[in-house]
Amino acid sequence: MKNLLRYIITRIFLTIPMLFFLLTLVFIILRIMPGDPVSAMLGAHAPESVIEQKKEELGLNKPIGAQYIDYLNQLIHFDLGDSMIFKQKVIVPIKEKLPATVELTVFGMLFTLVFGVFLGAYAASKRRTGRDFSIRLYANVVYCIPVYWMGLMLQLVFGVWLGWLPISGRVSPRILVSTFENTGFYTIDTLLSGDLHAFIDVMIHLILPSVTLGIVLSGIFVRLTRANMLDVLRSEYILAARARGIPERRVVYKHALKNAFIPILTMMGLQFALLLAGAILTEMTFSWPGMGRLLMERIYLRDYPTIQGVIVVFALFVSLVSLLVDIIYAIIDPRVKY
Amino acid sequence: MKETILELKNVHIHYPISIGTVRAVEDVSFSLYKGEALGLVGESGCGKSTLGLSFLKLIRPPGRVEKGEILYKGRDLLKMSEGEVRRLRGQDIAMVFQNPLTSLDPLFKIRDQFLETIKYHRGDIPRDEAIKMIEDILEKLGIERKRMNEYPHQLSGGMRQRIMIGLGLIMDPDILIADEPTTSLDVIVEAGFIDLLNRLRKKFNLTIVLITHNLGLVAEIADRVVVMYGGRVMEIASSEDIFGNPLHPYTKGLINCIPNIELEQEKLVTMPGNPPDLVNPPRGCRFEPRCPVAMEICREKTPDLIDYEGRKIACWLYRG
Ligand SMILES: Nc1ncnc2c1ncn2[C@@H]1O[C@H](COP(=O)(O)OP(=O)(O)O)[C@@H](O)[C@H]1O
Ligand SMILES: [Mg+2]
Repeated sequence: MKNLLRYIITRIFLTIPMLFFLLTLVFIILRIMPGDPVSAMLGAHAPESVIEQKKEELGLNKPIGAQYIDYLNQLIHFDLGDSMIFKQKVIVPIKEKLPATVELTVFGMLFTLVFGVFLGAYAASKRRTGRDFSIRLYANVVYCIPVYWMGLMLQLVFGVWLGWLPISGRVSPRILVSTFENTGFYTIDTLLSGDLHAFIDVMIHLILPSVTLGIVLSGIFVRLTRANMLDVLRSEYILAARARGIPERRVVYKHALKNAFIPILTMMGLQFALLLAGAILTEMTFSWPGMGRLLMERIYLRDYPTIQGVIVVFALFVSLVSLLVDIIYAIIDPRVKY
Repeated sequence: MKETILELKNVHIHYPISIGTVRAVEDVSFSLYKGEALGLVGESGCGKSTLGLSFLKLIRPPGRVEKGEILYKGRDLLKMSEGEVRRLRGQDIAMVFQNPLTSLDPLFKIRDQFLETIKYHRGDIPRDEAIKMIEDILEKLGIERKRMNEYPHQLSGGMRQRIMIGLGLIMDPDILIADEPTTSLDVIVEAGFIDLLNRLRKKFNLTIVLITHNLGLVAEIADRVVVMYGGRVMEIASSEDIFGNPLHPYTKGLINCIPNIELEQEKLVTMPGNPPDLVNPPRGCRFEPRCPVAMEICREKTPDLIDYEGRKIACWLYRG
């Protein structure tokens, strides 16, 4: 356990250069990209003097190198800076939107996991049967479907035709979110305030977006799980477990799946960035007020500091998940030593 | 009179593959007697493991027993339901596999692998009693009881081999099938293993089927030997007869290949040629292409296994 702690600390230190590199890249790309915050704000026909004045106000008239140093200086003091468009700290909209994205990705991931991993394991245990074939077909089809198309179809069927589920937002307008305790996670807030009615409303809003995200990503996990399971099911300890008279269901879902899960977990850590990309698209489709939509809006406005801030948070999120994966890994697999 | 515990009648086992059918076991019949140690020998690829797995109805699909009967205490395993066979596995017939390093689930503690085995056969045994059973068997195997709280990777190869045997014996089965149990062990551990098996045999009143290509091991343990070649039985005889007076040309060839340390034999004698292709086996005797004394008829017709001077043999040389 002590080693694990040391490992975690090392890992955290290793993320710092990664973040630094990423930020430098984003910083440069934003400034090379055509357009800037001032013309986005004032339009193309504003008088030169006003533009110059605004630029000076935002510090955009300084050489890029100097701007970069200023920015790093802020970061060292754990300050993401101020928005160039609105009179607010960058951290303010992020604090507000991050919980929405986390909720979406967590439920999406959960759905992917349960659905993808179990379907994959089931397919492997029924290898070469009709059920195996159907599951593989499903996996290949959803793998090819773009997120927004899937989202639109689900909205059409369950929202418009059947009218079962809401197709946008995190919560119904009639529910006053401000009355809840404030973590920003509506699932948690509504539960904490004991308002079951509101909690159900929040969960219902989560269904379509997270199922969309989950289905699209489940394709990879079905295929990966099935392939790993087939490998594991061939191994001698599985044969040995069967030879001891362990029931087939336990052999497949306890012994084989646990072993097959290790590479899946690694994959999940690696694919988390992909999940976030999927989440951004899902947020657009479902008007989900999260980080993805924040990022898109601010890219239009060329709000450099906010864009950078969102990227930093995304990167931290990805590193956090990969760290979490490593810890779970160490818990599942007794052979892993840090 | 010897009591038959397991009987094979004309067993055929096939694996369908893309280029045809592997006839891994063909027309094998023999009896296993209660309390004996039977050696099942032959070069690699002769169908020994396949036959061993069929005793537990564990042939890997799409492979299957095409024809024949496998009677355990008079009941045909092949006609039993999946649930019935499952209860038989481990409880009546246990099997130990070749590689102790890969035969234990790496993610489960030794204790838990024992506990689940007990639980799924005897759900009525309370946990503390089950733990006592495990401690008991570990002691018999010469392993400290606290080792049960470890994971497989924390144990040495020899220890894992003994744990495997312990897992096989925990439910006190009638029959223990050991498939190449010493192949991956070094010589010293192997000697220990032979000792252990001989001791356990008496203690548990076990019937043993020892599957191996190692004739030295067979000589140390088996009372009776079944020699297989190309999926068929070539000869069945007592250990003394097989080693003292082998009759079948294949058995003779095998015995010539046993490395003899006392004679300080420099190089390993191997039999020329390779085991037959089991997808397109020879039309006559499977061994004919490699047989030093093959005759015309050997190429034409497959010899049946017949009684001959108190033993069984499938060879045209011994037809009066
Ligand atoms: N799962 C399988 N699929 C196809 N062929 C197999 C399979 N298992 C074994 N065989 C074939 O069956 C024959 C007998 O194999 P095996 O029973 O393992 O022999 P042995 O244990 O004597 O080495 C070999 O030709 C082998 O290639
Ligand atoms: Mg074998």
